[in-house]
Amino acid sequence: MTDLAILGTFASHAFLEALSEQHRVRLASGAKPFRAAPGECLAREGEPAHAFYLIQSGHVSIGTHLGKGGAAPIQTLGPGDVVGWSWLLPPYQWQFDARATDSVQGLVFDAAWLRDQCEQDHELGYHLLKQLLTVVSGRLAAYRIQQLDIYK
Amino acid sequence: MTANLQAHKQSSSPLLPDVVHIRERWSEAPGVFTLAVEPPSAGWTFRPGQFNMLYVFGVGEAAISLSGDPAERGTIIHTIRNVGSVTGALDRLQVGDALGIRGPFGSSWPLDEARGHDVVMVAGGIGLPPLRPVIYHLLRRRSDFGRILLLYGARTPADVLYGDELEQWRKREDFQVQVTVDRGDPSWHGPVGLVTELFSRCVFEPSRTVALMCGPEVMMRFTLREFLKRHVTEDRLFLSLERNMQCAVGFCGHCQFGPSFVCMDGPVFRYDRIKLFFNVREA
Repeated sequence: MTDLAILGTFASHAFLEALSEQHRVRLASGAKPFRAAPGECLAREGEPAHAFYLIQSGHVSIGTHLGKGGAAPIQTLGPGDVVGWSWLLPPYQWQFDARATDSVQGLVFDAAWLRDQCEQDHELGYHLLKQLLTVVSGRLAAYRIQQLDIYK
Repeated sequence: MTANLQAHKQSSSPLLPDVVHIRERWSEAPGVFTLAVEPPSAGWTFRPGQFNMLYVFGVGEAAISLSGDPAERGTIIHTIRNVGSVTGALDRLQVGDALGIRGPFGSSWPLDEARGHDVVMVAGGIGLPPLRPVIYHLLRRRSDFGRILLLYGARTPADVLYGDELEQWRKREDFQVQVTVDRGDPSWHGPVGLVTELFSRCVFEPSRTVALMCGPEVMMRFTLREFLKRHVTEDRLFLSLERNMQCAVGFCGHCQFGPSFVCMDGPVFRYDRIKLFFNVREA
């Protein structure tokens, strides 16, 4: 995928559409397309959070393992979502597992590269953080409602 | 109101129950069961969204939505959650036992208005049974409608109602069915999260959508936001409300909701007509 094609993807992805053209161009230079087959692991709890994923198609299950009980899914993410913010905060380790539930396509950033970009350009870092906070806020709100156990 | 009163012509008095017998009963999920009962008369009919008052003799009455196929005249289907003394007593009834039945009562889903439109149904928990008659209706007249979608949220995989039917509906290319649970388990391969998160998985045209919602009110509040965010107009948003219905004919006032009685003016309401009262915090 060319930088131009990646830029086109950026413009249509919910997470990045609010960024300026200048910041999109900068980020596009470090984005790579990725594909994951059903069942493939994108992140494993406790391992280094080396990547930041933008999902374009397919779905990813966020979960945790239950020892012998298998894995417990906590949330399902889909097109327009992002996988992971563990890359941004020390100790840069995944807090949960992330696994493709069907064929997934998207873009991936190297976490160290992305952190460097944020350190070099605080404006970019600020806008990325705002976008991430929007994601975190939405997931926190959803989690709070789930905790209400409204269907009980 | 006239239409509601006309519905009572099926019975000699709206306050007098007919005695009917249970033909079948089965479990749907933990604490949720379905009763198939004989109709009180040969011509007994209902409109999707309406409810009956079921009377367990010596215990009391409860308002229970109709959850079967409106075109199936031979049997009345009620899916019920055991949450109190009356529903607990209903749960203990066996095939052949008698119970009292009054109805059908209340308003219905706007199926005529929905003709030619995309129909998006959003159900949560025990909110699916009141929408199931709509699904039967839409599928029977499939060509009369645009896209049809069902977004359904349940507490856990074990709490998902009508699993076999959901699977059958999901196989159809002309029916988008999405089911999510609040808490997954290792056996669950579907989405986990709020029912509102299913919107991103679905395709519908907001400008020609009629939305039907049934479930806990907090769920409907958040669902309304999603529809409004997508510019579905308030006059095309319909909700089924639940209140303490006792007489079912607007006499007793137990189910008063602002200027309306849920038993007669509802349970199905158009959002723009009740929005002033829908978000009122109660002490």
